[in-house]
Amino acid sequence: MHALANPARFLRFARPATNWLLLIGLALAVVGMVAGLTLTPPDYLQGETVRIIYIHVPSAWLGMAGWLGIAAASVSQLVWRHPLAAVGGRAVAPAGATFAAICLITGSIWGRPTWGTWWEWDGRLTSMLVLFFMYLGYIALASAERERGGEGRLAAIYGLVGAINLPIIHYSVLWWRTLHQGESIGITGSSIDSSILWPLPLTMVGFTCLFGAAALMRMRAELAEAKVEARMRRMGA
Amino acid sequence: MNPWPFVIAAYGAAIALTAALLLWAYASMRRAEAAADALKRK
Repeated sequence: MHALANPARFLRFARPATNWLLLIGLALAVVGMVAGLTLTPPDYLQGETVRIIYIHVPSAWLGMAGWLGIAAASVSQLVWRHPLAAVGGRAVAPAGATFAAICLITGSIWGRPTWGTWWEWDGRLTSMLVLFFMYLGYIALASAERERGGEGRLAAIYGLVGAINLPIIHYSVLWWRTLHQGESIGITGSSIDSSILWPLPLTMVGFTCLFGAAALMRMRAELAEAKVEARMRRMGA
Repeated sequence: MNPWPFVIAAYGAAIALTAALLLWAYASMRRAEAAADALKRK
């Protein structure tokens, strides 16, 4: 990470990485979604609506991983004063917010035919909604700090404190047994049959690559904007 | 209840939002890098 602290060195890595992540991400996400829609059997209980997991699970993972990225960038900024940490945190936030929104929307659409309701104030759904609003707060705070020429320390503290919501989201299905089903995919295995499960790793990796590409593109945009601002200041001085 | 309209709506929303994110990130990057290059050439 410290090797990439130099913006010029970071850009030498980011330019080809953006293209590769976009290409691999698009290919895997499209293949995974097409396979999930056409090649897998319907579930014996959920029927065809089970196909929504191929987009819902990756978006839930990326909604949470995005905030984990913000928390890591915050630590890096507050402890090591990494020069690109604040840029990284600000770049990850819109992608995290988008995938948290996709998670909420696809979950709600899945809930109507499966649970009979669009929304329920249960632990998992509510904590995920809180995460989405926290993203909006982070984006607003980080943008305001940047416009005022701040280092982004307030946003970093907010990002770090906000990480407390991640274990709440993860364990919500165990702590509050309401409508959302318990964990069906874990590190050690899954309760979902392999005939249904196999396209999921494709969309997981595919959407993760697209998330990475979006974050890198935002970082490149911020670095270019900073370069323009610095040059304008020098020209004005 | 026919499940397919729900499946299509979920995929449509996910694809539209992901595409919007990528297009916005790409457009902002291109705009910023073009402005930086133009300033460098001056």
